[in-house]
Amino acid sequence: MYPSDRHYTKEHEWISVSGTTARVGITDYAQQQLGDVVFVELPDVGQTFDQGAQFGSIESVKAVSDLYCPMAGTVVEVNTTLVDRPETVNADPHGVWIIAIELTHPDQTAGLIDAGAYAELVS
Amino acid sequence: MTDAPVAAPLKTPLHGRHLALGAKMVTFGGWEMPLQYAGITEEHLAVRRAAGLFDVSHMGEIEVAGTDALAAVQRISTNDAARLDIGQAQYSALATPEGTFVDDLLVYRLADEHFMLVVNAANIAKDFAWIRDGIQGVGDAVAVNTSSRYALIAVQGPRALEIVQTLTDVDLASIGYYRFATGEVANVRSTISRTGYTGEDGFEIFVAPQVAERLWGALLSAGAPAGLRPAGLGARDTLRLEAAMRLSGQDIDETTSVLEAGLGWIVGWEKPEFVGREALVRQRVAGVTRKLVGFEMIERGIARHGHPVYVGEERVGVVTSGTRTPFLEKAIGLTYLPSAASAPGSECAIEIRGRRVRARVVPLPFYTRARG
Repeated sequence: MYPSDRHYTKEHEWISVSGTTARVGITDYAQQQLGDVVFVELPDVGQTFDQGAQFGSIESVKAVSDLYCPMAGTVVEVNTTLVDRPETVNADPHGVWIIAIELTHPDQTAGLIDAGAYAELVS
Repeated sequence: MTDAPVAAPLKTPLHGRHLALGAKMVTFGGWEMPLQYAGITEEHLAVRRAAGLFDVSHMGEIEVAGTDALAAVQRISTNDAARLDIGQAQYSALATPEGTFVDDLLVYRLADEHFMLVVNAANIAKDFAWIRDGIQGVGDAVAVNTSSRYALIAVQGPRALEIVQTLTDVDLASIGYYRFATGEVANVRSTISRTGYTGEDGFEIFVAPQVAERLWGALLSAGAPAGLRPAGLGARDTLRLEAAMRLSGQDIDETTSVLEAGLGWIVGWEKPEFVGREALVRQRVAGVTRKLVGFEMIERGIARHGHPVYVGEERVGVVTSGTRTPFLEKAIGLTYLPSAASAPGSECAIEIRGRRVRARVVPLPFYTRARG
């Protein structure tokens, strides 16, 4: 269910680290809780966020949820397909990333949990 | 044994059906109701394209009967109930002396001297007290809260008629819009009303609570081949907003007048007396200073209930309803704007999480079904 190739947060984001960069998305549990996603508010490329800082928001028909950056970093790319097709987050939450960041401290994974712990958290 | 918590939400007779269908439940107006089953978008589109099945048993029913029942209803309801034939319903308001909303409602004329008022779930106790007090001294008329005697199931959408028709001998096509008939649906004694809260054709069916599950099951089975889907409060809200139907407690309340809400057509101006008349007549002569308008976002963003609204640099109010609607695929909403800034095409700005986003006033309703 929850891929073991990445880390998770208790706020229901995932982060997949590759060297000094990482991609960030929301979990299957999060998309289920939200329902049909209709809008993703994305940051600008070049914006820097601390670990745990809000970097955007995601909205379903009924609900708004803040997005938090699992690790500190600078945005190097945003998934612009979400502007026109936000519903892809529902269809493939673990495949569709929202932002890519250049990590400020690539080794600082403190506060993140692994797939097993996350699955337990939301069970 | 322990006592149930005082604030435990009420459950409709169909509660078990919703759980069995895997609904996501939510508390609304003191009731535990289905927010969604498969998803708001899918349910919304099912209603626009085929049909949706709604449990609206949380709605309240208050009956007024007696030889002076008409006079009693005329006093507390803004619309002119004398225009109702037996078997006809009308949209109306319970107004305060200031011409603002206690609630909105449907008035059904069951018989010459017997009316049924269908009110919003969250307001049943308040409305009943208001009505009971309001009709005192009228003469021979008594108000009874009969909410617990009815379950209410709505079938809404372009295929609603053909679906319900498979379960009844009543000629549904002969029931006009805002008319109702009594008869059996799926062998269940029903009052079948051609009304709804979605902007589509459809029926609202009043039945006894103990047979509600039978009717619900029969409608689901009969409708499935035609594309009928169970639909929750989430879709009900996005559907009614596209149709610009006001939501009591949100778009209209005790701070907004019937005229400001654009509902002058539910005021029986020729009635000599009703609660709120003097204030509304005064407002009609002077003109209202603000009006309920529809807007759509020009820039990216979704306006939500409570977001601040600006005209120029002046904060003029808040969004009363707002969402991104599944059928029109636009971010739309309702708000009150100063009359001078309320014409279609005027611009305003919605503050969404600290950022002002441009919006444009558009004519209401946002959505009108194709007829004929």
